[in-house]
Amino acid sequence: MDYISILQIFDSAVRLATPLLLACLAGLFSERAGIFDIGLEGKILVSAMFAASIATFTGSVWLGMLAGLMGSLAFSAMHGLASITFRGNQLISGVALNFLASGITVLIAEAWFGLGGRTPGLSGAERFLPIELPFAESLSGVPVLGPLYKELISGHTLLVYVALLMVPVSWFVLYRTRFGLRLRAVGENPAAVDTAGISVVRLRYASMVIAGILCGLAGVYLSTGLGAGFGKEMSAGRGYIALAALIFAKWRPWYALGATMLFGLLEAVANRYQNIDLGGFIVPVQFMQALPYILTVIILAGFVGKAIPPRAGGQPYVKER
Amino acid sequence: MEKMPKWADVALIPLINLAIAFALSALVIWAIGEDPWKAVKMMVSGALGSTYGWGYTLYYATNFLFTGLAVAVAFQASLFNIGGEGQAVLGGLGVALVCLFIPFPHWSVALVFALAGGALFGALWALIPAWLQARRGSHIVITTIMFNFIAASLLNYILVNLLRPAGSMDPASGPFPETTNLPTFHDMLAPLGIAFSKSAPVNISLIIGLVLAVAVYFLLWRTRLGYEIRAFGKSQDASTYAGISVTRITIVAMMISGAIAGMMSINNTMGESERLILNSVEGAGFIGIAVALMGRNHPFGVALAALLFGFLYQGGGELALWTKIPRELITVIQALVILFTGALDNMVRDPLERAFIRRAKRRKQQQQQQPEQGAAG
Repeated sequence: MDYISILQIFDSAVRLATPLLLACLAGLFSERAGIFDIGLEGKILVSAMFAASIATFTGSVWLGMLAGLMGSLAFSAMHGLASITFRGNQLISGVALNFLASGITVLIAEAWFGLGGRTPGLSGAERFLPIELPFAESLSGVPVLGPLYKELISGHTLLVYVALLMVPVSWFVLYRTRFGLRLRAVGENPAAVDTAGISVVRLRYASMVIAGILCGLAGVYLSTGLGAGFGKEMSAGRGYIALAALIFAKWRPWYALGATMLFGLLEAVANRYQNIDLGGFIVPVQFMQALPYILTVIILAGFVGKAIPPRAGGQPYVKER
Repeated sequence: MEKMPKWADVALIPLINLAIAFALSALVIWAIGEDPWKAVKMMVSGALGSTYGWGYTLYYATNFLFTGLAVAVAFQASLFNIGGEGQAVLGGLGVALVCLFIPFPHWSVALVFALAGGALFGALWALIPAWLQARRGSHIVITTIMFNFIAASLLNYILVNLLRPAGSMDPASGPFPETTNLPTFHDMLAPLGIAFSKSAPVNISLIIGLVLAVAVYFLLWRTRLGYEIRAFGKSQDASTYAGISVTRITIVAMMISGAIAGMMSINNTMGESERLILNSVEGAGFIGIAVALMGRNHPFGVALAALLFGFLYQGGGELALWTKIPRELITVIQALVILFTGALDNMVRDPLERAFIRRAKRRKQQQQQQPEQGAAG
């Protein structure tokens, strides 16, 4: 394998990791505030469908993005209603929202376009196009670093850079602001936060909004950046992989970057090579596809370091009376 | 009285929840430019208007009966088994291996072995997440989701590389021997002089499923193990204090759940396709969640809910065939049922509970006043 093809694999890993990273950070904010979010998958899907549809209608990817975010936020609001206001089971709510997304996206896309649940292909201003960073072409002659800059760092769509930027931003918000401290506290011990006179309900809804926006961006990227249009079930389990990455990352932003890049790399390798030959022993493609899930189970089992979730995760907060 | 009457809890609230879910589904149908009333009529005639329709409705209901019971048993132990799908996939593999590699003289013998094979594979697939939950504290919801994906990949590998007959492009096993083919309702009812559609896939598995529902009832409410499972589900701390082993109940409850999900495959794999195909479960494991929630985790409720979803599934298929409403409508209805009976339950329950308590108090006051008046007069 030569240098350029290694770069190409990494380049594709970055692109495939981007929706995972955004969804993973969405889950991070939600779960750090004590709300399990199985519904990442559904939010990605809904956002992808609305983004592609509105971009088709208006010809503008920005309006598409807005629609995608609204769709994702609406689902976040439903999840908040079920798990915060009505103190329902957060896991059941998430499962329900995933099914709702998987059905309703096809219903709406079919009603609007009649293409069997697809949207028409997007092109030009209806999509996020790759951005060539300055000097990418002229520096490509520089040995080693030139191709690295041109192939790997330059030439991604805006949302890839936004996603990468979100990592330090999330870290800063969670660990260096008062809001972040409170958000983390509400996921560990909501009663203490309540005693301090801070509204648990408001903080948890705030986390839902942040999760909605980040997950929405993941969906927008999927249908207008990575792909060119929406297709039935196009999220293809990415919400669940993001969830896996979140556990892998032990609910920390920088680790989340590492975990999603690893899963992106696995997907990129599985896409490029059908069966991998390890000196006589052939790794089947199905194994590569299942690897993120297998890794997550191993991590969950605590064989490679222990992943401890936020303590109050999954429990609705009931004020003492 | 500090509580609602029982009938409100087991019947009224689920019905109100269901009504809201259906009303919203009607709204969805209307919003995509179709007539909800016409759609309902078409669903009823398509699913219940002929023995062919009934045959499919009952076939789907059989699938959902198995998976619904599977999820319900786990729920009784307060374990959320999202892995019914994967367990049913592995159960299908168990059924297929039994049918393909053991020569059977008669279908009845084959059925017993296939049930055992499906149950074994399903139970083993549930064992790993159960063990991880009990001993390593890994969250069972996440692990069972992961195991669904792993099961799909595993089956894909086994079908493509191991079970696929030479020269076939289709990722499926070869057809099962004829001695393993189960009798359909057509075969069973013809000797009685009742004509039943020949092409409908409903078969003897439905009867097995109903027997299983009764067995689950007896297990949960008439045996020591069932009592332990329910006690564990109500309060882990109290049951630990009472000497019930957390590890044992978690593992046993999940393995029973997985076994029931695995046994579903006698219906779809042995009864219908008569060979192992890639996507034979078709989301029945997930619909089991809706069925269990709808049926309040009670075998009788699960059976009714399974019938309802069988009707929705077949009726939805008819809609997709004759109108512009896609099949995914069923997914939407399923989602709304899970949402309103599962997650948003308190939305209906809280106000209703308050209303009942208020009424009970008022009645009590009236009763207290009346004797006083009687004494004064």
